[in-house]
Amino acid sequence: MTVRTAELVMAIVMGLFSAYLMMKSAELPYGWIPGEGPGGGAWPFWLSAIMLVCCIVMVVNWIRRTNPPSQDMEAFFPAGVLKNSGSVALVLTLVVGLFNGVELGGVTLLPAIGAYLAIFIFMVFYVGVLGRHDFVKTAIFSISVPVLTFLFFELALKIILPKGVTEPLFLPIFKYFGLGGL
Amino acid sequence: MTEIVYLLLDGFYVAFQPLNLALIVLGCAAGLFIGAMPGLGSVNGVAILLPLTYLVPPTGAIIFLAALYYGAMYGGAISSVMLGIPGASTAVATTFDGRPLAKMGMADKALTAAAVASFAGGTISVILFTMAAPPLAHIALVFGDPEEFALMMLAFATFIGLGGDDIAKTIFSICIGLVLAAVGFDTVSGEPRLVFFDITNFMDGVKFLVLAIGIYGIGEMLWTIEENTRAGGASQLSKATVSLKRTIANLRELVRSWKTMVMGSVLGYVVGILPAAGATPGSLMAYGIGKQISKDPDSFGKGNVEGVIAPEAANNAASTGSMLPMLTLGIPGSPTTAILLGGMVLWGLEPGPRLFSDEPSFVWGLIASLYVANFFAVVLNIAFIPAFIWVLKLPFTLLAPIIFVLCLVGGYAPTQSMYDVWLMLLFGIVGYLMRKLDYPLAPAVLAIVLGPLAERALRQSLLISGGELSIFVDPVNRPYAAFIMYAALVLLFLPLFMMIRRRLTSGKAASTEPS
Repeated sequence: MTVRTAELVMAIVMGLFSAYLMMKSAELPYGWIPGEGPGGGAWPFWLSAIMLVCCIVMVVNWIRRTNPPSQDMEAFFPAGVLKNSGSVALVLTLVVGLFNGVELGGVTLLPAIGAYLAIFIFMVFYVGVLGRHDFVKTAIFSISVPVLTFLFFELALKIILPKGVTEPLFLPIFKYFGLGGL
Repeated sequence: MTEIVYLLLDGFYVAFQPLNLALIVLGCAAGLFIGAMPGLGSVNGVAILLPLTYLVPPTGAIIFLAALYYGAMYGGAISSVMLGIPGASTAVATTFDGRPLAKMGMADKALTAAAVASFAGGTISVILFTMAAPPLAHIALVFGDPEEFALMMLAFATFIGLGGDDIAKTIFSICIGLVLAAVGFDTVSGEPRLVFFDITNFMDGVKFLVLAIGIYGIGEMLWTIEENTRAGGASQLSKATVSLKRTIANLRELVRSWKTMVMGSVLGYVVGILPAAGATPGSLMAYGIGKQISKDPDSFGKGNVEGVIAPEAANNAASTGSMLPMLTLGIPGSPTTAILLGGMVLWGLEPGPRLFSDEPSFVWGLIASLYVANFFAVVLNIAFIPAFIWVLKLPFTLLAPIIFVLCLVGGYAPTQSMYDVWLMLLFGIVGYLMRKLDYPLAPAVLAIVLGPLAERALRQSLLISGGELSIFVDPVNRPYAAFIMYAALVLLFLPLFMMIRRRLTSGKAASTEPS
């Protein structure tokens, strides 16, 4: 896909999203209610309408080739960029899914392995696979980052991160720190 | 004036509390570190680290983040000089002369000049800020809903009139931010609104922090990965010889450039106040004027130290300038201050002119901390130049995953809801794609912060006027609102005037051309 094509696709997707926003806003009154002022849907409705107009202008600009992306025939994702940015975005999505698991229609798509194990996997992917660092560096970073995250967020800030199947492993640690109630 | 001095002294008392002082030093160091990393600037640092400030009281939290803001402005120059890659967009102009100086073996001179100019910019602007803020807040006390709404329109209009981006995309970005801020409940009728696909989590609304970390954390990191991939590791780290003797000699030499420092500082401060302008255009303008007033303009771009001084003084001054409307009017002057403003709401403070009377220790503690932060930032910067150069040697593939993890956990921390993490990831990826297509994203972040306030102000104003929009342009009964709204309209139509003028000029040129 070229940048020019991506520009059109984005304008159309955002235009459709704007139309959807208008529809959702219109679930509440979007006109003037005597004695009450503008209806609850007025503000988002008219703003979404402006968004839709902007998207139409973007399509017109695309046809007229008036802005740089509409003239750019380069690939939107050159091979190297897709390999790096694209793979990071994909793995990041999987990692977030692994925090608490993903289910669709009763089928488990991703198991809930908890934040710390998911962060460990992400670090191994980034440092070891993408960064091609040696085993020692990969091990140091992959282990220390989840450990430090645990110490700072869970113990210092008392912010409980999802632990999924690894939950029982943390109980002795909480007991040791006298945080059995967490 | 005496009152201001007393209030400032009270502020210093707050800033010198051991915890706050430690937070200033920590904030400056973190800012210098983040600023020095290519591609990351104050806005990314503030967005990513905001969730961590729950550990400390609001005054300490904003002092930490403001110090980080300053530190990042200082740090941006390090990467510009040493790598030739701006640490942040605000340090683009610093590369023009900073890089040639580094190539000539004078990296230490450029770095010292950047640090001292940043100190001058920060100090001069914070003095201007101290004098301007109380009277401005006093005037703003009489502002009602129509004036507030007009002010917000002015803030958005500056993006359209002065932002320099595609106008349709800028307006789209503003509107999407405002609409996302409206998700949840209608505050007047209490009915649920914009609950997408009937997912009940949307009733909690879309938090600004989720959007901010998504765009400035995840989206920006994906963008930086792309930039690094495209550059193919072509950048080369310059060598810097740092010694006490050379530093003293460099500092002596800088005294001669005081005029450039003052010019950059005042210009940066004024430009920084405008929401759409801020540090990047401020520093570029200062570079241009610095060249014009220089005794040796031809050497600009080839390694003139004044070419480093002008933009560095300006970008630090702009960061202070952008805090003026944030503290006095409740309107952020930059994306970073938009996030700070959102943070203030999270910490339970109500931004606006009343902050000066309701929370004096917060406001004056912050102002005093800016003086202190400036001092520590310059000391840390000059003392630890070798350490920050070492930061640049760290492989990005070690730093990037840590930042991603911070984003994910930071997005989860405030509400402890996976829904926010998913939303943040979505904003990050969509924001990255939009950025690739030149959609400006700063207006969306500003809009999501101002959205609830703007809607409330508009609805209340229309209720007062019985639905008449003329309340915003009535110079007799609402002179402030009318003045601000007219200014907003002028800015709004500025690109149109410019386009018509351009067409007329090109038409004339075509008709006078000999056939």
